[in-house]
Amino acid sequence: MRRIIIATVQNRGGVLNRITGMLHKRQFNIESISVGSSETEGISKMTFVVDVKDHQKLEQLTKQLNKQIDVLKVSDITERAIVARELALIKVGGSGQLRAEIQGIITPFRASVIDVSKDSLTIQVTGRPDKVEALIALLRPYGIKELTKTGVTAFLRGQQPSQVAEINSFTI
Amino acid sequence: MKVQAKHDVGSTKKTLTGADVLIHALVDAGVDTIFGYPGGAVLPIYDAIYRSEASFEHVLSRHEQGSIHAAEGYARVTGKPGVVIATSGPGATNLITGITDAMMDSLPIVIFTGQVASNVIGTDAFQEADVMGITTPITKYNYQVKELSELPKVVKEAFHIASTGRPGPVVVDIPKDVSAELSSAVHEATFELPGYQPNKTPNPLQIIKLADALSRAKRPLVLAGAGILFAEATEELKELAERYQLPVINTLLGLGGFPGSHELFLGMGGMHGTYAANMGMYECDLLINIGARFDDRLTGNLEHFAPKARIAHIDIDPAEIGKNVQTEIPVVADAKEALQALLLRSITFPDHQDWKVKLTRYKQDYPLWYERSDKEISPQWLLETVHRLTQGEAIVTTDVGQHQMWAAQYYSFEKPNRWVTSGGLGTMGFGFPAAIGAQLGEPNQLVVSIVGDGGFQMTAQELAVVKERKLPIKIIIVNNQALGMVRQWQESFYEERYSESLFMENPDFIKLAESYGIHGMSVDKETEVIDVLKKAFSFNGPVLVDCRVVQQECVYPMIAPGKGIHEMIGVSK
Ligand SMILES: Cc1ncc(C[n+]2csc(CCOP(=O)(O)OP(=O)(O)O)c2C)c(N)n1
Ligand SMILES: [Mg+2]
Repeated sequence: MRRIIIATVQNRGGVLNRITGMLHKRQFNIESISVGSSETEGISKMTFVVDVKDHQKLEQLTKQLNKQIDVLKVSDITERAIVARELALIKVGGSGQLRAEIQGIITPFRASVIDVSKDSLTIQVTGRPDKVEALIALLRPYGIKELTKTGVTAFLRGQQPSQVAEINSFTI
Repeated sequence: MKVQAKHDVGSTKKTLTGADVLIHALVDAGVDTIFGYPGGAVLPIYDAIYRSEASFEHVLSRHEQGSIHAAEGYARVTGKPGVVIATSGPGATNLITGITDAMMDSLPIVIFTGQVASNVIGTDAFQEADVMGITTPITKYNYQVKELSELPKVVKEAFHIASTGRPGPVVVDIPKDVSAELSSAVHEATFELPGYQPNKTPNPLQIIKLADALSRAKRPLVLAGAGILFAEATEELKELAERYQLPVINTLLGLGGFPGSHELFLGMGGMHGTYAANMGMYECDLLINIGARFDDRLTGNLEHFAPKARIAHIDIDPAEIGKNVQTEIPVVADAKEALQALLLRSITFPDHQDWKVKLTRYKQDYPLWYERSDKEISPQWLLETVHRLTQGEAIVTTDVGQHQMWAAQYYSFEKPNRWVTSGGLGTMGFGFPAAIGAQLGEPNQLVVSIVGDGGFQMTAQELAVVKERKLPIKIIIVNNQALGMVRQWQESFYEERYSESLFMENPDFIKLAESYGIHGMSVDKETEVIDVLKKAFSFNGPVLVDCRVVQQECVYPMIAPGKGIHEMIGVSK
């Protein structure tokens, strides 16, 4: 099952290495990690998308993260109301007629063309991972020359409904 | 070495080097013994040691692995953190085995490594090694000191992290320019570790659950690990066991946590554990694990582990609970506090008379056994004899292999912190240097180091330290001219193809000892063993005894790899 886990960590040297090393050693299957600063100086947030076999493995993951001395807090937000976003840059081949066609495809995704050359264009898309995936799938026939993604970053919505309709583990 | 010159601590002139600051911090941390080895990147530190007038000992090993195993032995018997210093590059990499060993067996060790100067870190400078990168997966925590001003704080944190919660090794990597830098300011050593708050006090609800489970149990069993020793909870354990007449078994590392001769004690569990201990785990309906981590050498095949039992697990490390064995009653706490809380509850005496009778019968009907050789020395008999002649009172350190298992089986302990062995990593070369640390930590105790002829050769150079320090350690080589444990597995599982496990050539251990100025004795007849050992134990100083034992012996009983704890082989003749 796919889970979104957030760890709040102290921004000390080697913290990323310590955490990814532990995940690797303990054989956790990480789909993406994104790391960046938080609202507090000296504190970073890490967002992991992981694929774990069962609840026991999930519990191990959060416990092992919590055990790290630099980790302040670990939350599994998969079943909460969250906003989750990732950014992708996609370079596709295309000139003349094709460009207009591609433009037509990306508009509903609110993606934008951020660079154009003689025979290619680079598209930037931000959104929920399933949306990003959908756009990538649509662009594939045009020939993706280069692709990079930031990985998911997420946090809880300001308001938590009593029942979460959307099960995030399927959509992210 | 002890020290001569003096310097003014309180002065605000730039008279202190970073290394002096380090030594002050060590003294503040209560360090009395340092195990180390010098080199280029720690020259400022060694100069500060030379100049310091503080009262601590520096013990010069003959290989950095010797330093760290000695620090482990010291920590294991005293409960205080072991302190190690090594130089950058090869000095640091020579420590890796010992750091990993301390991590696996939860020993509090603080290691200071020199590093190349800050301005050349990352350039593959002479004797540079990425100590932070290498030691990250094998330490509880590690630091590289960037500024001298943070050094006192780092040292304080390092000792705190190493010795609290679940103990473990902490590395502090100090670039040479930081230890050489002149300093005037006195830096505050206050610290905050918001992400590190080990929970010592048990959740009362879980204690109630455990008490309830105990009162209902028909077949309860206590599994006591090294957590009992770290928490100094042997009295509480004994009280609980006696009050409710609970049978107790130990892990390999937990030996000494419960009196070996106690009628409720069933022995060690696991691969070479007793029939009663393993069948106890197999048949119990409530297993109370206190401070053990359900290691695979204890559990055997997990499918057959304690299949009928409700599992309660008391551990200071929450990540150990539920890691290998699903746990119904988790108690995250210090073992002593958890036991105290449990003892305060009024618990209905469990109805388990039949179970006790059954286990007692197992214990009587299937004791440890061996076939005593009529000519040669049987290694099991040798260990029994060592136990008898030392009245079971010695501090025993072992290396890894058959002799280790025989020592665990036949040297039973009445008191805690007298058993020093490498459990989790199974490190050959551990036992002898660990005895050096143990003897330095407990100078008035008899320290017996039981080693194999193979493993002893991995760290034998530390004989020089024994001589230099006049440590009255009794080294007993259980000499089977073989890597006995490897030979046993080849006999049992590889149709006696003894690939690279029989020694064609061994040194003359007596001459080896004598070349270091240490008294050596050898014995190959059973009739002479008692006499030789008596001489050794009463000898005023270090002795090495080379005991030639039967080569073809195997450690039994045994749970073969992949088998369940109820599928022991070699349970009786
Ligand atoms: C550093 C290291 N290398 C290899 C092993 C694998 N090993 C385990 S026991 C053993 C044999 C040990 O022989 P010896 O020290 O003579 O003890 P014995 O088993 O004969 O009592 C070996 C090679 C190990 N545990 N540690
Ligand atoms: Mg041997």
